[in-house]
Amino acid sequence: MADLNELSEKLNSIKAEIKEELNRLDSSKSVFEYRKLIFDSKTGKVGSLMREMGKIPAEMKAEYGKRVNEVKTWAQNTFEEMDEKFRREEMKLRYASEKIDVTMPSMKPKHGYLHPNTLVKNQTVDIFGSMGFEIYEGTEIETDYYNFTALNTPDDHPARDMQDTFYLSDKFLLRTQTSAGQIHVMEAKQPPIKIISPGKVFRSDDDATHSPMFSQMEGLVVDKGITLCDLKGMLDEFVKKIFAEDVSTRLRPSYFPFTEPSVEVDVSCFQCHGKGCKLCKGTGWIEVLGAGVVNKKVLEGCGIDSDVYSGFAFGIGIERIAMLKYGINNIKLLFESDLRVLEQIAE
Amino acid sequence: MLVPLSWLKDYVDINVSVDELEEKLFSCGFEVEEKYEVGHDISKVVVGKVVECEDIPDTHLHLCKVDAGGPELLQICCGADNVKAGGKYPLALIGATVYATAKDHKTVEGVMTIGQGKLRGYDSFGMLCSGVEIGVSEDMYEGAGYNGLLVLPDDAETGADVKPIVGIDDWIFDIAITANRPDCQSIFGIAREVAAVLGTQLHEPALDYTETEVKKDGFKVVVDAPDICQRYIGHYVYDVKIGPSPQWMRRRLALIGQTPISNLVDITNYILNELGQPMHAFDYAYLEGDQIRVRRAGEGEKIVTLDEKELTLTSNNLVICDGVKPVALAGIMGGLNSEILDTTNEVLFEAAKFARDNIRKSSRALGKTSDSSARFSKGVDEYTTVMAMKRALHLIEEMGCGKVSSTHVDNNTGNSIEPSVLKVSVNRVNAVLGIKVPDEEIVRILKNLYFSPVLEGDELTLKIPAYREDMEGYQDVAEEVIRMYGYDHIVPTFMPTAEVTMGGYNLEQRTELKLKRALCAAGANEGVHYSFFSPSSFDLIRLPRDAMERKAIKIMNPINEDLSLMRTTLAPQMIQAMQRNQKKGILEGRIYELGNVFIPRSLPLDDYPDELETICIGCFGENEDFFTAKGLTDVIAETLGIEFEYEAYEKPFLHPYRTAKVTCDGEEIGYVGQIRYEIIDELDMRVDSYVAEISLYKLKKYYGKEQIFKPISKFPEEKRDLCFVMDKDITCAQIEKEIKGSSEYITGVELFDVYEGAQLGAKKSMAFTVVYTPGEEELTADKIDGYVNGLLDTLKNKYGVVLRS
Repeated sequence: MADLNELSEKLNSIKAEIKEELNRLDSSKSVFEYRKLIFDSKTGKVGSLMREMGKIPAEMKAEYGKRVNEVKTWAQNTFEEMDEKFRREEMKLRYASEKIDVTMPSMKPKHGYLHPNTLVKNQTVDIFGSMGFEIYEGTEIETDYYNFTALNTPDDHPARDMQDTFYLSDKFLLRTQTSAGQIHVMEAKQPPIKIISPGKVFRSDDDATHSPMFSQMEGLVVDKGITLCDLKGMLDEFVKKIFAEDVSTRLRPSYFPFTEPSVEVDVSCFQCHGKGCKLCKGTGWIEVLGAGVVNKKVLEGCGIDSDVYSGFAFGIGIERIAMLKYGINNIKLLFESDLRVLEQIAE
Repeated sequence: MLVPLSWLKDYVDINVSVDELEEKLFSCGFEVEEKYEVGHDISKVVVGKVVECEDIPDTHLHLCKVDAGGPELLQICCGADNVKAGGKYPLALIGATVYATAKDHKTVEGVMTIGQGKLRGYDSFGMLCSGVEIGVSEDMYEGAGYNGLLVLPDDAETGADVKPIVGIDDWIFDIAITANRPDCQSIFGIAREVAAVLGTQLHEPALDYTETEVKKDGFKVVVDAPDICQRYIGHYVYDVKIGPSPQWMRRRLALIGQTPISNLVDITNYILNELGQPMHAFDYAYLEGDQIRVRRAGEGEKIVTLDEKELTLTSNNLVICDGVKPVALAGIMGGLNSEILDTTNEVLFEAAKFARDNIRKSSRALGKTSDSSARFSKGVDEYTTVMAMKRALHLIEEMGCGKVSSTHVDNNTGNSIEPSVLKVSVNRVNAVLGIKVPDEEIVRILKNLYFSPVLEGDELTLKIPAYREDMEGYQDVAEEVIRMYGYDHIVPTFMPTAEVTMGGYNLEQRTELKLKRALCAAGANEGVHYSFFSPSSFDLIRLPRDAMERKAIKIMNPINEDLSLMRTTLAPQMIQAMQRNQKKGILEGRIYELGNVFIPRSLPLDDYPDELETICIGCFGENEDFFTAKGLTDVIAETLGIEFEYEAYEKPFLHPYRTAKVTCDGEEIGYVGQIRYEIIDELDMRVDSYVAEISLYKLKKYYGKEQIFKPISKFPEEKRDLCFVMDKDITCAQIEKEIKGSSEYITGVELFDVYEGAQLGAKKSMAFTVVYTPGEEELTADKIDGYVNGLLDTLKNKYGVVLRS
């Protein structure tokens, strides 16, 4: 390699050769491979040029290096342009090939649902828990004493006819009301007492609107100076939170042996806002729970001084609330584990 | 209880509309469950005067010109045989609604609307009606039972609404009575409340009568069971003339749905409804030995009651006997042997108070209920018992159906019928309510309730009438005051005097909710099943005869056999739940239940049984297999931060090779497996189904397990894939255990492949990914190789396991 002219010629021919070859390239992959070939430091037409440097006379080395570099830079730029062009096209094709119908159904992980009773129980516990109520869960099997006698319902009491009881022996029965838990709590501790007691209860009633098993949530407050007004205040809060803020309560006289006075609590119909609809049977009011001021005989039976303390109790039907809230029309549906029912009501 | 408005008005002045009356009753504690006008189906029926009446030739019909009070006469065709010119009859105008009757003209088949008709070519502009057609029976209106037109009185105003004339403009209230107010189980009892709530005058029914000098010498009443018969009043009546009751009494009984029988019997039924006191009348001629004896029945003693049924009694039942034999089942039903007959001419009237629980229990045990037993079960008071006898004797005299002798026997061991004194503090009454009811209001209300209040300072003295047995203390007074004062006076407050308390779920309750949510997240739906099940449940899961689970608590009075045992396992109901879903075409799903099983400590039950929390999981469908069921089971372990171990197991209702026992820290806690195909077939289930049952109560000790943070190493994890060849009966668990024991740095062992096939002959291969997590120092490849070599040695020596080449 004697003179620069010769070099120029060689470089030009390499360039021409590359240019020609480039026309045959058709993808970014072929660009990559050809580039690798050209730039291989041993065998590559461009990559090996620098190896020639040793044979170049000293006075020409600078010029030689400059010219080789020019070719190198040209080649690199050319390859990059080509590469980018191909990649752009290839991406376009790839995207096009990956076209989907975005209106097709989504794929979601399948999850299960809590039972409507659990949902209502949780909401109720949240509300009363924030008011300072502890949760006491009694047993499903109770004694006659705790279920009736201690709740001021002695054996000869006609109120026993209000509830058809399942008996297991002379002494034991399936609790007919979560009120049974009241007595255990009051026997175990002195006021202040604020508990709610959720659980299953049982009555020998099985027809279109009754299930022999259902759930209640008993509430009990015993402290100094507790009045019927406090009961009303607390239940007002409860129904607002569980149903809707604009729901109000109405108390009307009723009877439970363990409370005196006893009341039924109605809520203003949250569907028609009192105008009268199917849900409230045209009355504008829906019966939701029973309550009252704890009968002093019950307090005294548990060793609580009724001259110092007073209290109120209430009993909420969990299914009743669930059915009202979610519009479930048949209580039996709640105990059949029909997935078409269970998978409808989300938290 | 049914209360006709006209009857109620006998005892109380009512100055409000029926709607207002309903509202007033409701506000003071008496819910009107239903109220309706007696003639609610009848409309546009007026008094029609037949002016002309001609026979239509060759028919039974008559062509009438009827004056309906309008400017013109109406032409009406009428087929009744008693229609005649000059007569007045109910006339249904066009558009009127009346009852349609069957061919017999007696049976009501529905309500029809009268249109313009044509009979044999003659236009008819309405219909003349019979009693049945406007809903009036002979008992309700004289002559209404005639199979023809109902004849109205001559002085009825032509064109006037017929309803008031025949009394079907009356209203019936069906009132719910709470168990604390047995004194209101009568029309007079309701009248007392109405008078109190309206502040109007109460009129007592007439009670006066005159005794003759006639006596039944030697007649006596002996009460051998005064504990359950607190009062027994008997009065002898003679010269009895049995016949129909007067129209007014028959009408009232008919209005409340009772069939009038005869004057004597009707008097007892009338008083039961009027005053709430059941009464009985014995035909004295059939009483032997001139005496009444009230005693407990002998064991096995028999009586035939009025409905001609023979009952076998026990000493729990109270009977009324004459000198020889039982003549009535006390408080429930009279005996056939002393029934009032048409020939009866002397009678013993009975008014008594029997213990309410005795009557309730007898009535239940014997399966015999009556209006009488229903009243006695709720409670009858002696005040009313005494009053009722007077009333009966008054009615005998008034109706002229007998003479009142001077033989009156009153056996009394019960309460006084005089008012009792109750003193309460007014402040205390207000303290129950939380409001201050004005003193004058308190006094006014209690006066209206006949409590004769006297207020001196804070002390309120009341005289409680004997029929108000529910009035015992200040809370009862508070209730009386507020129900009359109005619950709308109660203002909401928020326990201003109460102490602050902490609330919410405790650890156990929180953990259970966490478990439920975790299972939901794993795709399972929460179900709730009854706490009782069928004895056949045990056979369904193929429990051996002597299995512990068969020792279940029995319900003594179940609704039916299928709901008669307290469950000892949750699996049968879960299987049935999966069956129900599959029958409805749901062929894939996951369900879990968290509930109690009931394990008796002794049978029959004389101690609280153990109520043990259990989780049952069911899953079914093409995408489920043993391992998905096991995965759901492991969700429980993961949620509690513990680990379950599994080993092959057998359960009679589960697949012999696809069932595992679940243990935790060496304690057996449950099982998981595939339901046997025989059961799937038997229940017509359509897909493979799996069930797991875990004794959650055994895991309570792990609740709230502290989660301790492990620092993250700055060096990367190393993974090794190892594939072993081994005998087929070596289990995954065995290999895993060895791997885990081979290095302290192992944090994960995961089986990723199992192969059995020709290449391996009688052996199988299992491939695991083993994760090594370094601590504070780097784990070099050499060090890990060392662990692996150690593991290979152990596996080779112990199980003959080698690395697959």
